[in-house]
Amino acid sequence: MHPAFSVIAFTTLSGAGYGLLLWAGGLILLPALQGRAPANGATVLLWGVLLVLGLVLTTAGLLSSMLHLGKPGRAWRAFSQWRTSWLSREGVFAVATALVVVAMLALLGVGIAGALPTGLWIAMPALAAIMVLLSLCTIASTAMIYASLKPIPAWRHPLVLPGYFVFAILTGWLVLMALVNWSALSDETLGVILLVTFALAIVAGVLKLVYWHRIDRQPLGATRADAVGLPGREVDVFERPNTQANYINKEMGHVLARKHARPLRFIALVLFAAVPMVASWLAWANPELAGPVFTLGALLALAGTLVERWLFFAQARHLVTLYY
Amino acid sequence: MTDLPPPSKKKLGLVIDLDTCVGCHACAVSCKEWNAGGFAAPLTDEQPYGKDPAGVWFNRVHSYEVAPTQGCASSPTPQPAMTLHFPRSCLHCETPACVTVCPTGASYKRAEDGIVLVDEDKCIGCKLCSWACPYGAREYSEVEGVMKKCTLCIDRIYNENLAEAERQPACVQACPTRARHFGDLGDPESKVSRLVAERGGVDLLPQLGYQPVNKYLPPRPRRTGEAATAAPQDETLDTAALPPMLRWLDRVLSR
Ligand code: SF4
Ligand code: SF4
Ligand code: SF4
Repeated sequence: MHPAFSVIAFTTLSGAGYGLLLWAGGLILLPALQGRAPANGATVLLWGVLLVLGLVLTTAGLLSSMLHLGKPGRAWRAFSQWRTSWLSREGVFAVATALVVVAMLALLGVGIAGALPTGLWIAMPALAAIMVLLSLCTIASTAMIYASLKPIPAWRHPLVLPGYFVFAILTGWLVLMALVNWSALSDETLGVILLVTFALAIVAGVLKLVYWHRIDRQPLGATRADAVGLPGREVDVFERPNTQANYINKEMGHVLARKHARPLRFIALVLFAAVPMVASWLAWANPELAGPVFTLGALLALAGTLVERWLFFAQARHLVTLYY
Repeated sequence: MTDLPPPSKKKLGLVIDLDTCVGCHACAVSCKEWNAGGFAAPLTDEQPYGKDPAGVWFNRVHSYEVAPTQGCASSPTPQPAMTLHFPRSCLHCETPACVTVCPTGASYKRAEDGIVLVDEDKCIGCKLCSWACPYGAREYSEVEGVMKKCTLCIDRIYNENLAEAERQPACVQACPTRARHFGDLGDPESKVSRLVAERGGVDLLPQLGYQPVNKYLPPRPRRTGEAATAAPQDETLDTAALPPMLRWLDRVLSR
């Protein structure tokens, strides 16, 4: 499939954004679940920063996805078909998530100004729970846009949906780390961060390795003979219908990635899995370096996720290529 | 809504005879001509007179070479090698994912006759429907920013300004070998349905579950036997077997 940069940037950025919102939701919910009092001023400020950044990343992603539309001005129509279309559902969930985040930010603003009655702090964890749910639904809808397309077997693979979740959680975590590590954290906390980063990076790496292994061995599921209705015969192209490339050739017949798959996969794996592990180890060994190291690590991991997404598109073969 | 309508009684579609199609591209050209001015107009081109012309077509004709077989799933008897001409256009599927994936409702399947159409005033050009079609029947117009597809010539088949005999898709009318047939495939008694039953018409890629309405008639089995054995290689002439007149001529000319 043709890898449109705007779509790749969209899934990467919004994935990181929703991942960050998931972690922010967790941070807000955790003290509430433990029955602790509403947090102090510094924590509240952190909540605000995380929510704003999550909102910015997800909105940037959505805007970038609108760039590849032929008629961006009519994009509002895309909210209407949620009954059948995952793309439509994604839009609805994305807007709902954004509204909840805005409500939480408003509440925080009033709270910081000191105008919020203590009782209303209860609303924060409740909203956070809704936001977590909506973020999960948005990530799932994004994945299902691809995972529901029968003509593209590499996207139908059962690891596609978990893959989108794992990458959202991993990149969201790294953005969170890039923020919180600028303040001095205790050795104990850095140890926990090291463990979580390793666990997430290893899960993401193994998942992608298994996925790549499987799609390399997964045949298209049909032959050219099936495509022309003569199953069992040996059919070769004699003459194409068009001398110049047409839309179908350009959009579905992308071959570059399959040629360079190995080095690109290696680069992606190093950037999104190895780099975060090294970064968290460096931060743990030299706590004074934690801020810059995690910031660089998060940026490189996002670049790695971009490469991974590019491969996800560029390597997927569409059944219509059988005709050409 | 992009919900599919309940299955219609009437299922208009095409039956394409791969036995008689000679790959002349007349259907593709007449489709382009008619639809450049009709329901889905304009059918835009990019640099039509330039170095690298490209554009939207609803119907494209492929040509393949099919290797000989000793018998297989689709031909039980041994078959010689042959050329296969294969016109490819929208199959107006019964359960088309191209419709259900559409986020705007621009893509729809008509409840009354099953024709699958794009409402170009609603389409946002997200291209998702073209990804969802396994048959490559949808083409995006770079110029207009919307999706285009075969309309089953909806502006011909119901057009009361045309003579009755002309209320046929342009491609069907243009075909010089009558390889394309148009009709109601939902009615088992219709001409097209009987043709499909008679000739063993098939669905393309039925395992995907799109349930195409259009059917393809596979080439009739070729004669095997002498025709399949090679022609004699060297030319030998037994002059003794010739009639006297020719024997004399042969003698004169051989001098
Ligand atoms: S052939 Fe493709 S475009 Fe036409 S109805 Fe079927 S899935 Fe849709
Ligand atoms: S390109 Fe147009 S018709 Fe196709 S899915 Fe998108 S909005 Fe619907
Ligand atoms: S039915 Fe009409 S629009 Fe469809 S391929 Fe034939 S000529 Fe083109």
